Amino acid sequence: MSNKLRKFVDKLKPHFSKGGKFEKLHSVFDGFETFLFVPNTTSKNGTHIHDAIDSKRTMIMVVMALVPALLFGMFNVGYQHYLAIGQEVGFWDKFLFGLLAVLPTVVVSYVVGLGIEFIIAQIKGHEIQEGFLVTGFLIPLIVPVDTPLWMVAVATAFAVIFAKEVFGGTGMNIFNVALVTRAFLFFAYPTFMSGDTVWVRVGTTFGLGGGSVVDSYSGATVLGQISVSPTSQVALTDITGNPLGFWDGFVGLIPGSVGETSVIAILLGAVLLLFTGVASWKTMFSVFAGGALIALLFNLFGPDTAAAHFPWYNHLVFGGFAFGAVFMATDPVTSARTETGKWIYGALIGAMAIIIRVLNPGYPEGMMLAILLMNIFAPLIDYYVVEANIKRRLKRAGNK
Amino acid sequence: MANLIKTKRGLNIPVNGRPIEIIGTSTLPKEFALIPDNYHGITPKLLVKEGDEVKAGTPVFYEKQFPGMNFVSPVSGKIKAVNRGERRKIMSIIIESDEKMTYQEFDKPDLTRLTPAEIINLLQQVGLWVCIKQRPYDVIANPTTTPKAIFISTFDTAPLAPNNDFVMSGQMADFQTGIDALAKIATVQLGVRYGKKAPFSTVKNAVITEYDGPHPVGNVGIQINHVSPVNKGEIVWTANPQDVLFIGRFFNKGIVDFSRLIALTGPCVKSPQYYHTIVGANIENLVQGKIKSCVSHRFISGNVLTGIKVAGNGFLDPYATQITVLEEGNNTHELLGWGMPRFRKFSVSRTYFTALFETKLLRKLFGNMKYKWDTRLMGGKRAIIMSGEYDKVLPMDIYPEFLFKAMIAGNIDKMEALGAYEIAPEDVALCEFVCTSKLPLQQIVRNSLDIMKKELE
Repeated sequence: MSNKLRKFVDKLKPHFSKGGKFEKLHSVFDGFETFLFVPNTTSKNGTHIHDAIDSKRTMIMVVMALVPALLFGMFNVGYQHYLAIGQEVGFWDKFLFGLLAVLPTVVVSYVVGLGIEFIIAQIKGHEIQEGFLVTGFLIPLIVPVDTPLWMVAVATAFAVIFAKEVFGGTGMNIFNVALVTRAFLFFAYPTFMSGDTVWVRVGTTFGLGGGSVVDSYSGATVLGQISVSPTSQVALTDITGNPLGFWDGFVGLIPGSVGETSVIAILLGAVLLLFTGVASWKTMFSVFAGGALIALLFNLFGPDTAAAHFPWYNHLVFGGFAFGAVFMATDPVTSARTETGKWIYGALIGAMAIIIRVLNPGYPEGMMLAILLMNIFAPLIDYYVVEANIKRRLKRAGNK
Repeated sequence: MANLIKTKRGLNIPVNGRPIEIIGTSTLPKEFALIPDNYHGITPKLLVKEGDEVKAGTPVFYEKQFPGMNFVSPVSGKIKAVNRGERRKIMSIIIESDEKMTYQEFDKPDLTRLTPAEIINLLQQVGLWVCIKQRPYDVIANPTTTPKAIFISTFDTAPLAPNNDFVMSGQMADFQTGIDALAKIATVQLGVRYGKKAPFSTVKNAVITEYDGPHPVGNVGIQINHVSPVNKGEIVWTANPQDVLFIGRFFNKGIVDFSRLIALTGPCVKSPQYYHTIVGANIENLVQGKIKSCVSHRFISGNVLTGIKVAGNGFLDPYATQITVLEEGNNTHELLGWGMPRFRKFSVSRTYFTALFETKLLRKLFGNMKYKWDTRLMGGKRAIIMSGEYDKVLPMDIYPEFLFKAMIAGNIDKMEALGAYEIAPEDVALCEFVCTSKLPLQQIVRNSLDIMKKELE
């Protein structure tokens, strides 16, 4: 099987090489070839043997880590839908509804993003880079399920071109590309990205799940409920008015962006990322630590608002906090790159996210803005860490 | 009692084909070569022409910048060819051995009466100056400078490296003489592997430091960084232990004897062991009949991390103490490598099962894993994506990623500030091995050091 495939690829190869019929598709062909087979380029000088890891393997690990969040997110979309319209259906009906609701976003995100990547790789004449495999998977997970597909397409195109390719492609970007997509949607189409109506799909999906919403329905997320609460003590409810607590946030059968609700699914991904060493445990841990600490301080000394009184442990499980900490803050390209820097970077993300949640009435969720803000400061943190090393070296010379 | 320095960061790569301590029989080849490019950074001026008779120790060319610095023939015979490349650059000088080994006679020097300057001049004249390199820049030492110390690492931690305790046995008198000669120039700092008693821990006239840790702790650069780091304006000289032997022999016998033990190693070698040879030898009859058959071989003069790729009938480079033979691997096509388990592939990252196989428990149960090695890069070249990879394999107080970025950008001020004076390509070989983005880091460092040397000297 492998041999036959190899022969087939070898037969096609001349057509896509320089001077061939499909020369213009060389990068695309090369992308598919290296996807199918490990490149057989050998070292010419320098180290003669190499570690088996490459950028593809690394990116695939992140994609695998995201799978639990995606599957749970699909189920949750169906679960919320049937809850909203007051119908009792089985597990697979709920999952199918969610699958059909989420899949188009995944497809649009990948088609648009990879399409742009392919074109730019061909223009620049370099290999197709794998970074978008992760970005394209992240985008459907961090937008509300009812985001119109054309908006996803526009935002993805914007982010890939202006947040990544203009800087030089994967590894050169300053901002997390998936978060730029979300930020673009958030600021360009605010009415579609916030409020009470976008988090749960109440309408049908491909004709499935018809019905009208129950009387007690309200589509507000937990953080949404807190930010509009007139009193400092707020009773959290799900979309049909039942009370919610810490464990509901942990399990994740609540409204929210597709992949962000279930801490269990996110932790499964975190285990894989930390075990394989693809993500830094220092960053991940310090985001949670920084967030918990600041939330606790608000609990103790904060102003008399619902957000400030929201218990610190709840801050960590509701909204996009856990998802951001595990999958976004740990993006190695946009994060701090020194080991000392990672502690500072993570802690400031956690702290900043809670500060925005509590003190900024305009934005119920602060994680996205906190990470994007710290993306800007990551090089500055590294600068001071490295500068300390330089000073140490100069001092050493001076001591002689 | 010697100081002990332990390092944690680093990596011992489990390549199979470690040499056993037996000296095999092999005949010396007919052809030897001097390849100027192997002595990095020199401009050769020829002293011979094709057809000239030479003895072992006859100067073949000298360095343009320091006319006294000779490069000599390792054997007696005649100059067979002078191969030139573009713009008449000398690529190699081939010497056909007469198989008699007549040595150029020198007056036997009396070490006790020589001044440091005389020793330096003598070593240049007889062609042994090549044994001494310098940091910064990792080039043959500038004989007009004064080093703050001369560092020698007596053990090699690179994959499949020869055991110097074995190589040196019976030759410690020559080694001691070599150290005595160098000690007259500057303090000799000797790096010894922790726990090994004889023979190096009894060497006199040197400051002995013991080291313990994974590769690259045997690299002299790491030892310098821990004992006496190179600051701006300072110079340290370095020498390989086998090259110190050459110096010792000269002062003991008055001849230039470039014979050494070489280890034939690697997964493609039938029975890895040691052989007698001479610097610059053609490796053909050394490897013939001793190699397992596979699709295509990669012959490396040196180890798998820093060695030089040579043809099956190529020549040993002057600093090589081992030959490694690997499978080339360019006919291997692994399907869907990004998702397959690939049990026989080694990786420091835990995206493979390697980490499990390397745990104590599984090693106890199943023995050492035999990984399949070849020379493929195993991936495409990318921009630097992952962070912290390099730090884990470079036991120096340096931020390697930032240094490499400064080097790629050509920012000399930053390179100076971030520690480029202390580093040599061999020190970053492990960084290159683990790099997810498959960057040619040794090449990057080499080019940058050359640029720095040109700009700052």
